[in-house]
Amino acid sequence: MSEPLLRATNLVKEFPVMGTGGLLRRPATFRAVDDVSFEIRAGETLALVGESGSGKSTTARLAARLLDVTSGTVELDGEDVTALKRSALNRFRSEVQVVFQDPFSSLNPRHTVERIVTAPLLYQQRPVPGGARAFTRSLMERVGLDPDHSQKYPAQFSGGQAQRIGIARALAVSPRVVVCDEAVSALDVSVQAQVINLLRELQREEGLTYLFIAHDLAVVRQIATRVAVMTQGQVVEEGARDAVFDAPRHEYTRKLLDAVPRIRPEWERQRRANAGRSAGATS
Amino acid sequence: MTTDPMLLEVRDLTVTFPTPRGPLDAVKSLDLDLEPGGALGIVGESGSGKSMTSLAIMGLQPRAARRTGSVRLRGRELVGMSEADLRRVRGDRVAMVFQDPLSSLNPYYTVGLQIEEAYRAHRPGVTRRAARKIAIAALERVHIRDAAVRVNHYPHQFSGGMRQRVMIAMALSTEPELLIADEPTTALDVTVQAQILDLLQEIRRETGTGLVLITHDLAVVSEITDHIVVMKDGVCVERGAVEQIFTDPRHPYTQALLDAVPRIDDEIGELRAVVPDAATTSPATENTATENGGPA
Repeated sequence: MSEPLLRATNLVKEFPVMGTGGLLRRPATFRAVDDVSFEIRAGETLALVGESGSGKSTTARLAARLLDVTSGTVELDGEDVTALKRSALNRFRSEVQVVFQDPFSSLNPRHTVERIVTAPLLYQQRPVPGGARAFTRSLMERVGLDPDHSQKYPAQFSGGQAQRIGIARALAVSPRVVVCDEAVSALDVSVQAQVINLLRELQREEGLTYLFIAHDLAVVRQIATRVAVMTQGQVVEEGARDAVFDAPRHEYTRKLLDAVPRIRPEWERQRRANAGRSAGATS
Repeated sequence: MTTDPMLLEVRDLTVTFPTPRGPLDAVKSLDLDLEPGGALGIVGESGSGKSMTSLAIMGLQPRAARRTGSVRLRGRELVGMSEADLRRVRGDRVAMVFQDPLSSLNPYYTVGLQIEEAYRAHRPGVTRRAARKIAIAALERVHIRDAAVRVNHYPHQFSGGMRQRVMIAMALSTEPELLIADEPTTALDVTVQAQILDLLQEIRRETGTGLVLITHDLAVVSEITDHIVVMKDGVCVERGAVEQIFTDPRHPYTQALLDAVPRIDDEIGELRAVVPDAATTSPATENTATENGGPA
C-alpha cells in the first residue's frame, strides 16, 4: 500500500464566540472541527460529506492551509506542512490548490481569463511557461474552454464555463492535490454533469488527487473513491465509497442517505429499457 | 363524475420583457392544468422561466413585463382582474412559499404577529385574540413544538427548516385551495428537505390543497407530484403523468436532463451532458448564461 499523499491528523479548529470575551476573560470558543483525521492516496478522491455546520468546509480550509489549525497536523507527502510560512507556504500552494463553490465571487470580475489563470504563478514569483498567452490557451483547452476567449471577463461566461476558469486557475501551478469546496453545487444539472466529467477526466489523465467537499450525496457517488461523513465537527464514518453508500454503519449516515430524494429505480430501469428499444428501432 | 371546474387552468400564458434587443418572452404560450387536490411539478434549469411562471400566475411578474393569456382559478379569470380583487385572492385562495424563508419574513416582528397580520388581512373583523389562536394552530399544523411559546419568537430564533415551516404555516392559515411552492427546499439541508417534503405531502392528503411545485430537482418532483411540466427557454417542452415522464420521456431535452442527473444508487459511466458542446461554443450559450455583458 502506497503512502498517503495528504494526511490530516487530529485536526481541531476553534473559533472565538463573539461577545463572550472581556478585558481579563477569555472568549468562549466554538469547536468547528473536533479531532478529524483522514488520509488521501495519490490519484484518489476523498469526499467529505455532511450538512451545513458539519465542519466539512472548515476541515477543507485547514487541509489547504487557508486557515490555521488550533491543534493537529497536516502532512503532504510525509512532510509536516502545518506551520509553513512564506516561501515554504508558497511551495505548498503549488502542490495544493482550491476550487470554490461560486465562480463569480471567486474570480475577479475586472480581470481577464489570462490574468486570472496566470495570477497564481505571479504570486509565487514563478515564470509563466511559454508566455502568458500560450500558457492560458493550453490551460483553457485542458478544461474544455475555447482558447480564443482568453481576453474575456468572467461575466461573459456562463456558470459552468466560469467554473472551468476556476479549475484552470487551480491547475495553473500544476498542483498534485485539488480541494474542491462545493465546486459543482451551484451549477445546473446539465452543466454540473459536464464539470463532474471534466474533474474525472483530469484525474484519470493527470493523476490529480481530490479532497471533494459536497453536501450532495448523488454527486459524491459519481466522483469519490472514499467517503468521510461529518456531523458536528467530527467524522462519524469513513470508508470506501460503495461500502459507505451500500452498507452504511453509522446511524447518521443512514439517516442522511434515507433523506436523499430519489427517482424510483424501477422507473429508471424502465426508462433505460425504453431508450434502448427506441435507439434500436431507429438504427 | 365531478363537474367541478379545474382548480387551475392556464392558457397561452406569455410573459414578455422589453429588452434593448427587442421583446423577450420569458414564458411563451404556456398551458397548465391542475385538478382540485392535484400536485403539478414544473421543472427546468435556470433561465427556463419556471419561477416567472409561478409569479405570473398570481400577477406578480415585474412591472416591466407584459402578461397575456388566461389564468383561471376554479373558472374565475385572474388576468385583467383589478389589483384590489387580486389581493383578495392572493394569500387567501392561493398561497405562495418561496425558496428563502429568511427574506420572506420580517426580522422585526415575531412570527406570530406576522401570521396574524396575514390572516387578518384576509379576515377583517377577526380579533387579535382569535387570530393568535389561529397562528398557534397553524404552527402546530406544521409540527412546530411548543407552538404557544414559539409564536412569540422572532425569525432569527428559528433554524432554516423551522422558518420554512413558519412560511408554510402562514400560507396555510387561510386554508387556501392552491399552494404554489417555488423551490421550497432548495436552501435546506437534505434531512430537513425530507421533513418539509413529507409535510407538503401530509397537507395535501389531509386538506386536499392543490400544489404547484416549482423546482430544478427531478428527484424531488418524482417523489411528490403526479403531473409534470418540463420547461426550457420559457416553453413547455414536455408534459405528462409523472410515471410516464420518468419511464418514457419523449422530448430529447427531457431525455438528456434525466441522463444528466447524478444517481445516488450507482455510478454512471459518463454523465451525459445536455448540451454536449456547450463548453467549447461561444460564451453565454449554456442555460445558466448571464445577461451581463461586461466590458468586451
